[in-house]
Amino acid sequence: MTKLKTGIGRRSFIKSVSMAGSGLIIGFNWLACKREVENAGVEEEEYVELEMPEEWFELNGYLKVGENGVVTIYSPNPEIGQNVKTSMPMIVAEELDVDWNNVVVEQAPLNTDIFTRQLAGGSQSIRQGWEGLRMAGATARQMLLIAAAKQLEVSESELTVDKGIIKHKASDRTVNYGDIAKAASELEVPEEVELKKNDNFKIIGTSRKNVDGRKIVTGQPLYGLDVDRDDMLIAMIAQPAAFGMQFKSMNADKVKNMPGIVDVFTIDTYPEDMEKEWSDTAAFSKLAVIVGNTTWEVMQAKKALEVEYDLKPDLVKKIQILEKSAGMNDATGMESTDRHKSLMADIGAKKAEVVRRDGDPEKAFKNAAKVIERSYTCPFLAHNCMEPMNFFANVTDEKVELLGPIQTPEYAEKSINKRLGYKLEDIDIQMTRMGGGFGRRLYGHFLVEAAVISKKMGKPIKLVYSREDDMTNGVYRPAYHVTYRAALDENNNLTGFHVNAGGIPESPLFANRFPAGAVDNYLAESWALDTNISVGAFRAPRSNFIAGAEQSFLDELAEEMGQDPIQMRLDMLKRAENDPVGEKNDYDPSRYAVVLELVRDKSNWSDQSAGKARGVSAYYCHNSYVAQILDMSMDDNEPVIDKVTCAVDCGIVVNPDAAKNMVEGGTVDGIGHAMYSQMTFSEGIPQQENFDTYRLIRHSEAPKSIDVYFVENGIDPTGLGEPPFPPIMGALANALYKATGKRFYNQPFINELNSGTKTVKG
Amino acid sequence: MAEFNININGKDLTVDADPNTPLLWVLRDHLKLVGTKYGCGIAQCGACTVHMDGSAVRSCQLPISTVANNEIVTIEGLSEKGDHPVQKAWLEHDVPQCGYCQAGQIMTATALLKRNPNPSDKDIENAMYGNICRCGTYTRIKAAIKTAAKSQSA
Repeated sequence: MTKLKTGIGRRSFIKSVSMAGSGLIIGFNWLACKREVENAGVEEEEYVELEMPEEWFELNGYLKVGENGVVTIYSPNPEIGQNVKTSMPMIVAEELDVDWNNVVVEQAPLNTDIFTRQLAGGSQSIRQGWEGLRMAGATARQMLLIAAAKQLEVSESELTVDKGIIKHKASDRTVNYGDIAKAASELEVPEEVELKKNDNFKIIGTSRKNVDGRKIVTGQPLYGLDVDRDDMLIAMIAQPAAFGMQFKSMNADKVKNMPGIVDVFTIDTYPEDMEKEWSDTAAFSKLAVIVGNTTWEVMQAKKALEVEYDLKPDLVKKIQILEKSAGMNDATGMESTDRHKSLMADIGAKKAEVVRRDGDPEKAFKNAAKVIERSYTCPFLAHNCMEPMNFFANVTDEKVELLGPIQTPEYAEKSINKRLGYKLEDIDIQMTRMGGGFGRRLYGHFLVEAAVISKKMGKPIKLVYSREDDMTNGVYRPAYHVTYRAALDENNNLTGFHVNAGGIPESPLFANRFPAGAVDNYLAESWALDTNISVGAFRAPRSNFIAGAEQSFLDELAEEMGQDPIQMRLDMLKRAENDPVGEKNDYDPSRYAVVLELVRDKSNWSDQSAGKARGVSAYYCHNSYVAQILDMSMDDNEPVIDKVTCAVDCGIVVNPDAAKNMVEGGTVDGIGHAMYSQMTFSEGIPQQENFDTYRLIRHSEAPKSIDVYFVENGIDPTGLGEPPFPPIMGALANALYKATGKRFYNQPFINELNSGTKTVKG
Repeated sequence: MAEFNININGKDLTVDADPNTPLLWVLRDHLKLVGTKYGCGIAQCGACTVHMDGSAVRSCQLPISTVANNEIVTIEGLSEKGDHPVQKAWLEHDVPQCGYCQAGQIMTATALLKRNPNPSDKDIENAMYGNICRCGTYTRIKAAIKTAAKSQSA
């Protein structure tokens, strides 16, 4: 067993009584809990209400035990659909050795004294929470055992635990967790605890249903947009129509008299002298605000409000393209997608900052018998969470109460502290379940806006973005461009590899990922262009483009080399494992190879039946490895995706069916964005503002089936929310080539598919 | 403002609202029935789907003045105890990720099964086309609809 110190850097094990009275908004006194009941010989599932205890006893900040044995486990991290609200408490429950049917889960409030990293992002919640969650459960279990041993007047080593029942076998006596909870809560936290061996897991590795599932399918209030208070007003914003513009003036008189309207004014969300957090990225700072009684009334007033905007003066400037180049005069500051494309193509053809160089790539290309060069691009993307941005705020003279969907509550608290001057202890942020995140809710400007509006009104308000506000006030996925070059000798051996990657306004390059380490002569270059369009993290940042591009290029390269695309990758990985080039390679070639081999076996790769077009892809990101094979055909120029087979190595899988759901979702999401989605701009104006023009994947376009296989290797959990998303774009492009005879280089592929002329293999 | 008598989830109610107010906002803001979701406001995403006389309609495009005597059922009224075969199938397949669109998905699916108890894959895809799921739970939604169809015919 692993013995771990509980005291080292683990604030969470300081017993905390503050949790009990911290005013949880999302209180649960009702629980949908699954229990199997015997009924006339037929086993069926029945949902029963758990009886709540009369008294709770806190054993540490993560959990409390009731006198009747019911256990509340606090889920520390924000829930955006990645299912941590179920899987994080499962990890605690495992080490606590409690019956999962006796567990109530509550969303923990933001509390940095107890919890570390209350953030949804980077596929890190389970990975970074793993040890702390286990120790929380194990510590409490240990305390319950010590208390039971005392009561039974035996030594702890004579006791066993199963599902919350402590047993002394020799005397055939038992003590329930509930019976001993009070005594246990009065003990000191042990200095050392033992964690279970993986072999002894009873909950981890078994599929458990979403703890909010029943509330979701019955329409219970769960989301920020569902928040309601008696005296609450609704607020909406009006923003400039174009990036590069700013608020100038408005005529609010007419609107102020409209039915249900309470006030119209402007706010400056982030004054220039405010020190911003990284999470304070926002499209616009100065906004017109309309406050009223109901959402519909405010929406009508927003439509009628006359606002004038003018050019932002600091955007009338020269945009530098690398320091050495002449620069382009961006006279208006109003950007367009067409211009972005030509700028990226120009700079992508030039030399850029060298990030990694192995061997002598210039010589390899000079001596090559054949050079293959291909360029790939992708557009900006809007996150399009199904629940538009919103937040509830109640700012009084004494305190700030905030309630809603936020991926970064800890940073938001700091932003409020800086913006409104309240002390951190007077700022209370509560997290609701989120109707999607995908990175968009890392940027909490809407929370700050809500707080500033509430302070101005002196009343509780709920800020609501319309879909149009949400889509055009984005923190978008950047546009990227990458050119790959491969040098082949006369025997079609790969002798050199060159990647030149950049974007607006960041480069998607990961210089030390595969195929770095597998090629003797390797060159990676990086560049970036300025923009005034707000950008940020979007599910698997940078990987969400470069994976698909790289995997498409490798597919084309394998064809040029006359090799099977999987075998070619495996051979390269073998090279990287046995005789790696360079020292900074940041992937494990053997784990990479395992997912490729697994997906090859499970998909019956050698089956190349007529009419079946198959594409393969594999990628490593967020500490996990994913390989996918996509099977498709064309039906009247429409892609029909029959099946996707996924092999995933994310270490130990906590909740297998939910993990499978995540892989399925990432796969559908990746196909959708590569195939259909784009956010384009004309003179700074977003050209898509709702789902009539912004195309998201729909039911009939999704794969008919998705098979998911996890590698079982007992390694501590790694990321899962993001890793299945990037590689599928490559598998899709490669399958599309087999299905149509055309290579696809520019996302969304639907444009190239419909153009019918471009990108013939060559 | 005007008074409207409406029937929601079997109850006769009176609401005072602007005649153009979409049913969606009457449900959410006036009646505090927030299970019906706002997604796009232009009938493109399906998050606001409710039943009007048994058919799936987009409540964001339905002015309260046109609802009149039609019977409206929302996700809250689909079943008394959350045990409608479609809801049970959704739980069995553990469909939701973020869950925000699922009430609308369930309402569209329920209306489909009412008029077509044994839908083919194609029928399901066509009927569900108007309901977007950004998390990508489409394959599970289809499986859950098939399970619900089976349990209803059993």
